Amino acid sequence: MITISLNNETKEIVANILLSDALVQWGFGETKIAVAINGEFVPRSTYNLRTILADDQIDIVTPIGGG
Amino acid sequence: MTRTAPEKNFTLYGETFTSRFLLGTALYTSPQIMRDAIVQSRSEIVTLGLRRQNPADRAGDAIWQFIQQSGCRLLPNTAGCKSVKEAVTLAEMSREIFATDWIKLEVIGDDYNLQPDPFGLVEASDILIKKGFKVLPYCTDDLILCKRLVDVGCEVLMPWGAPIGTGQGLLNRYNLNTLRERIKDIPMIIDAGLGAPSQAAEAMEMGFDGILLNTAVAKALNPPLMAEAFADAIDAGRKAYNAGLMQKRQTASPSTPTIGQPFWHQQ
Repeated sequence: MITISLNNETKEIVANILLSDALVQWGFGETKIAVAINGEFVPRSTYNLRTILADDQIDIVTPIGGG
Repeated sequence: MTRTAPEKNFTLYGETFTSRFLLGTALYTSPQIMRDAIVQSRSEIVTLGLRRQNPADRAGDAIWQFIQQSGCRLLPNTAGCKSVKEAVTLAEMSREIFATDWIKLEVIGDDYNLQPDPFGLVEASDILIKKGFKVLPYCTDDLILCKRLVDVGCEVLMPWGAPIGTGQGLLNRYNLNTLRERIKDIPMIIDAGLGAPSQAAEAMEMGFDGILLNTAVAKALNPPLMAEAFADAIDAGRKAYNAGLMQKRQTASPSTPTIGQPFWHQQ
């Protein structure tokens, strides 16, 4: 298991898991989202290429109203 | 004569709109109220944002559905970003999720008045334009900042009327008039700080090209009616600008002819 930060909450997750699989596990499978890891944008086309590493800081955002 | 038909010459990054009113989609008491306000505003562009959300929390779904159903062009923002890096990353996330390269760029420099960071704004605009974004920067009314934003490729400017959410109206008419006088060929939208339709009308009378606001509508007792009031004021202000305002003068001048005035007799 490794420890990561997901939207500023500490989480444990199995090592060597792909971002695409982690997103499904966390319940984001069907949601309209965008992802950044360690402050860098991660394009959707690379979700199944990116392995989550220990101490990664992951931000997942969804649309909201805004001014 | 017939009523003047609405103009269709409000062009931003090559897209032409009839409405000069851009409406925000936050702070409404319900998604339905937001939807009705968008309809009554006659807006063709709405702003929206991105935030962290627990996947179990579907509260934002209705807002997003109504925004999509509105058919309006989407203008995502980078609200809350305090650094160039944050703003650039959030813009890239917005481009993917909303499938648009338009971005209302906010780089906030101070928490107290949410004043844009002019240095970060220019740097982030430069980076994003080079990445293919169409940047609509939320900026102050500083002339030199606005010129620098144009220099790096911004084709629209969005100077504040007053700090976000204050409803103070046009706080610095001298700066705003100077901006309009010195930058004639770039569309300028007054973004933020307006609280009343009369203030929006005044900005349009000054020659600004459009109005972007959120709080003044969302926090009204009747947001859809206030949205309509702003839309009417913006139309009125634009017509007044096109019609040409009279010159102000210090001394009174009678409007009714003085020749033939009754009860007047040569002494």
